[in-house]
Amino acid sequence: MKIGVLALQGAFVEHIAVLRHLGVEAVPVRLSSQLEGLGGLIIPGGESTTISRLMVSNHLLGELKRRGEEGLPIWGTCAGLILLAKEVEGFEDPTLGLMDVRVRRNAFGRQVDSFEEELSILSLRGESFRGVFIRAPLVEWVGPAVRVLATIANGTAVAVQEGNFLGTAFHPELTSDLRFHRYFLSQVGGETAPI
Amino acid sequence: METGTWRVKTGLAQMLKGGVIMDVVTAEQAHIAEEAGACAVMALERVPADIRAAGGVARMADPVRIQEIMKTVTIPVMAKCRIGHFVEAQVLEALGVDFIDESEVLTPADEKHHIYKHTFKVPFVCGCRDLGEALRRIGEGAAMIRTKGEAGTGNIVEAVRHMRAVRDGLRRLQSLPDEELMAEAKALGAPYELVEEVHGTGRLPVVNFAAGGVATPADAALMMQLGAEGIFVGAGIFKSSDPPARARAIVMATTHYNDPKMVAEASQGLGEPMAGLEIKSIPQEALLSVRGW
Repeated sequence: MKIGVLALQGAFVEHIAVLRHLGVEAVPVRLSSQLEGLGGLIIPGGESTTISRLMVSNHLLGELKRRGEEGLPIWGTCAGLILLAKEVEGFEDPTLGLMDVRVRRNAFGRQVDSFEEELSILSLRGESFRGVFIRAPLVEWVGPAVRVLATIANGTAVAVQEGNFLGTAFHPELTSDLRFHRYFLSQVGGETAPI
Repeated sequence: METGTWRVKTGLAQMLKGGVIMDVVTAEQAHIAEEAGACAVMALERVPADIRAAGGVARMADPVRIQEIMKTVTIPVMAKCRIGHFVEAQVLEALGVDFIDESEVLTPADEKHHIYKHTFKVPFVCGCRDLGEALRRIGEGAAMIRTKGEAGTGNIVEAVRHMRAVRDGLRRLQSLPDEELMAEAKALGAPYELVEEVHGTGRLPVVNFAAGGVATPADAALMMQLGAEGIFVGAGIFKSSDPPARARAIVMATTHYNDPKMVAEASQGLGEPMAGLEIKSIPQEALLSVRGW
């Protein structure tokens, strides 16, 4: 099982480190030729405008969309969630448009409003998970096929799943907690080595 | 809900990795930078090359200008305050900037003390010339580090020197036996706890970018191959003959820094880079990198 991590800009090294720690082969993806043979893909946090522009100039946007539609499991964290969304408020750059959600960028304010909060995660059987939100987006609206996996205290959705796509507004890769990565890998159908 | 934690401060720097942060002095330049794929902009009154030429005291930028730039772009906006000028930093935090650069490019306000940065909710980036200086700044609360280089010169030599010095320091520290760490902390002038941590991990506890003299796509890729996690560009973009093209090219070269074909492609048809300055031609008192300690 080989998992790709989109490595155009952002915190891709952190995801690669977690995956390798879990005994999974993880590779950075910068060119469309590097998508061959992947069992799943993670789109990391970073700047969504930067990553979107680099997806276009590196001819990755169309190719990734096609593979997603064909069933490639994709997980987007923060900027990655924005890039998976069909609709992003006030965002003129292209997205993959693979998830039937409407997302608002920088929804909590500027960096001084970035925060941590304990979340209860449905896909982790309601267990608590430390959510790290950095200039984070939120999910304003979800389509009928989208499952909300976690909300913050005011009821706003911050983790969503639709078929082979997973999106989180927070950053599990910035914690030492491996459960969300294990969950993604269980959806991919891969085996993780016992720790 | 907890704000201003060490993790969200260092975390923003992690989100900027692999990206290019561009100096801008107007909203229009900020727009060009965002369009070109910058991961953040640094809002300034003057770029370092002009500060160098103008002389006099260089201070924090006009809040009106910073706010215009914040309104124009959705990427993070950074701004510089003078070394030790904690009230300029308070003002920048109150304006809502996303990151503060306590910068040697501005005229220092305190020749002995840098800002105590742990008490701020906004993260800080600081310049360094070697490992000891990096660890002193981190000890004071810097959530991100950059090389000082020699700003406004378009000459990469000092940034290379500083990046190599940090990497050499890290390798040396990792190789030392435990009983030598205290003496090494004394020699570095760095907090013992951080020396001990780096001895174990072999890496800085925060993100480290290159800054000071990047003018071409190859300069950016050079710094990335030397271990920088991202790039600051000052005058290199808006003092060149075709800023949008050069900005896009430096972004491309930073992403594909390990792929010479892509760097070659990015380096084509960019017009004239900024005119460079030989470091030895700069009088000692005009060097920016020697400010701070």
